[in-house]
Amino acid sequence: MTMTMTMTMTMTKRSLVFVALLLAAMAQLSPAQAAGEAEPLPQHDWSFAGPFGTFDRGALQRGFQVYRQVCSACHGIKRVAFRNLADLGYSAEEIKAIAAEYQVTDGPNDDGEMFQRKATPADRFPSPYANEKAARAANNGAYPPDQSLIVKARHDGANYVRALLLGYGEAPAGMKVQDGMHYNKYFPGHQIAMASPLMEGVVTYQDGTPATQEQMANDVVTFLAWAAEPEAEARKRMGLKVMIFLVPMTIALYLLKRKIWSRVKH
Amino acid sequence: MSAPNAPQKPGLIGWLDYRLPIFGFMNKELRQYPTPKNLSYAWNFGSLAGIILLIMILSGLFLAMNYTPSTDKAFDSVERIMRDVNFGWLLRYIHANGASAFFVVVYLHMARGLYYGSYKSPRELLWIIGVAILLLMMATAFMGYVLPWGQMSYWGATVITNLFSAIPVVGDDIVTWLWGGFSVDNPTLNRFFVLHYLLPFVILGVAFLHMIALHTHGSNNPTGLDAKKEDKIPFHPYYTIKDLFGLGVFLVLFALFVFYVPNYLGHPDNYTPANPLVTPAHIVPEWYFLPFYAILRAVPDKLGGVMLMFGSIALLAALPWLDRHPVRSGRYRPLFKKFFWLFVVNALALGWAGGKPAEGHYLLIGRLCTAYYFIHMLVVLPLLSKFEKPSPLPTSIAAAS
Repeated sequence: MTMTMTMTMTMTKRSLVFVALLLAAMAQLSPAQAAGEAEPLPQHDWSFAGPFGTFDRGALQRGFQVYRQVCSACHGIKRVAFRNLADLGYSAEEIKAIAAEYQVTDGPNDDGEMFQRKATPADRFPSPYANEKAARAANNGAYPPDQSLIVKARHDGANYVRALLLGYGEAPAGMKVQDGMHYNKYFPGHQIAMASPLMEGVVTYQDGTPATQEQMANDVVTFLAWAAEPEAEARKRMGLKVMIFLVPMTIALYLLKRKIWSRVKH
Repeated sequence: MSAPNAPQKPGLIGWLDYRLPIFGFMNKELRQYPTPKNLSYAWNFGSLAGIILLIMILSGLFLAMNYTPSTDKAFDSVERIMRDVNFGWLLRYIHANGASAFFVVVYLHMARGLYYGSYKSPRELLWIIGVAILLLMMATAFMGYVLPWGQMSYWGATVITNLFSAIPVVGDDIVTWLWGGFSVDNPTLNRFFVLHYLLPFVILGVAFLHMIALHTHGSNNPTGLDAKKEDKIPFHPYYTIKDLFGLGVFLVLFALFVFYVPNYLGHPDNYTPANPLVTPAHIVPEWYFLPFYAILRAVPDKLGGVMLMFGSIALLAALPWLDRHPVRSGRYRPLFKKFFWLFVVNALALGWAGGKPAEGHYLLIGRLCTAYYFIHMLVVLPLLSKFEKPSPLPTSIAAAS
C-alpha cells in the first residue's frame, strides 16, 4: 500500500514536473518576438495592471481630453463608439453632448445624396482622414495609425506608447535625422515622422491636474489601453467569480476522487 | 454493443436499445469499460483533449455566427465580436487560448505515450490514428489563425502556403491552386474559413476511431504489462471522477489565461490589420508550431526543410517500428528513460530556437536539435531496441504495486 502510494506520488510528481516544464517553455517561447535593437521600456505602475487592476476614471477622462485636443488631429479611434464613453464615467446626457460635437457622413437620403449630420451615441468616432492616401498626403508621406488597438498591437503596449510619447530628444552624435523626421529613443529605427505631441500645458485639464508631459502621457495611455480592451474590467471581474467557483469545485472533486478510490484494493 | 438477439428490456430505454443500441453502447464503453487500476495522472490527457475539442467546436460555432470571411470585413468583424457581441470577448479568448490548451494537452498525451511505449503492439494503429489527429489539428489551427486577418495571419499564411512551392515541377501550380489566385487573398480566406469549420468534425470522427482502437485492447498502463482481468476496474466511477478532477485542474489553469492574460500566447502584430505591402520584421508561427518551424529552417534549402519537417512527423507515425524493444514501459528501461527526457528537452529547445530569428547561435542550436531529433528516432531508438537490457519486470500489475 505504502509502495503504491509512493509510486502514485512519484508519477503525480512527474506529471506535475512535466506540466511545469511545458508551462515554463511556453513562457519562454510565447513572446516569440524579434530580438533586436529595441531599447528596454521603462515600466510604469498602471492603475489597470494586475488581476484586480481597474482603469482610473480620472485618468480615463483626462486621457480622453488629451486624445481629443491633441492626438485626434491625426489619429482616429474608429472602433470606439460614443456610447462606450459610459465606461469613462460620463452620463447619457454628457455622451449625447460629446457626440453632437462631431459630424459624421450618413446617407444616401431619398434624393440619393450623402449628407453630414451630428453624431449620436450609437456612432463611432469619425477618423480625421477619409483614407490612408489622404492621411499620407497630409502628413508628408507618413501614415498616423488608428489608435483603437495600438496598446494591444505592440509588445508591452502601454509602456511602449508611454515611452514613445516621452522618448523624444536630441539624436546621439553621429546619427543623421532626415528632414521632417524626429529622433525618438523608443521608435524602431529611432526616426519618427510625428513631432513630440505632448508639450507641457498643451491641454488645460478640467479637473485642475497640472498637465505635465508625463501626466498627459500616463493619462492618454490609460485611455488608449481602455480603448483597446474595453472589456478588461468585466473580464477580470468574471475571472474572479469563475475562480471562486472552480477552485472549491476542483478541491471537492479531488476529495470525492479519494473517497471513491479508497474502495480500490491495490 | 449488446448481442443482437438479446431480449428487449422493459421501459423506453429498453425499447430504444432493442432497436438502436446507443444506450447499451454507452453503458459498455463509458461505464463498464474495464480499465487498468494503476493508471497515473499522466493518463488524464486523452479525455481532456476530447473535452477541449468539444469546447473548441462549441465556442467556434458561436464565433462563426458573428464572423465575416472577407478580406474587407474579417478583421472588423472580429473586433465587433470583441466589443459589441455579448460576451464575444469571452468566446474569442476561450477559442484562441483553447487552441493553445489543445496542443499543450495533446503534446503531454503524446509524451505519456512515448514514455510508456503506448504505441507498441497491439496499439500501433491507435498511435498512428493519433498522429493523424495531430496533423489535422495542425492544419485546423493554422487556418484558424489566418481568419482574424491580422498581419501575422496574412504573412503566416503566405509563408506556410509557399512551402508547397518547394515541390519540384508542380510546386508553383499547387500554390496557385491552394490560394485560388496569385497571392493569399479573398478566395484563400474563404476556403480557409470553410475548411477551418469542416476539419474539427473530421477530427471528431477520427477521434472516435481513436477511441474504438483504444477500447479494442484497452488502455496501456504505467507498467506496460498487459492488464489481467483482476487488474481492471470499471471506467465509471473510478476514471470518470479522476478525469473530472483533472478537468477541474485544467479549467483553473485555462481560466487564468482566458481571464487574466488572454493575449499572452498571441502575437501583438495580429492586432494590426493584414497589409500585403508591409512585411513584419519577424514572421513567427504560434508557439505550438515552433519546434517544427525550427526543423523547417534548419537546412538552407527550401525543399530540404519541408521534407525534414514533414519527415519529423512521419517518423512519429513510424515509431512502433523504430522502437522494437520488447518492453513497453520506460519505467523498466533505464537507458531509454534517460534518452526520453533528453528528447523532451530537445523538443523544448527546438521550440525555443524556432521562436528566434534564424541567424547566428539560434540557427546553430536549431540545427543541432534538429539533428538530435532525427538521431533519436533513427539511431538511438533502434539501437536501444537491440541492446538495452531492461530492469527486472514484475510478473503482473498487482505484483508491481
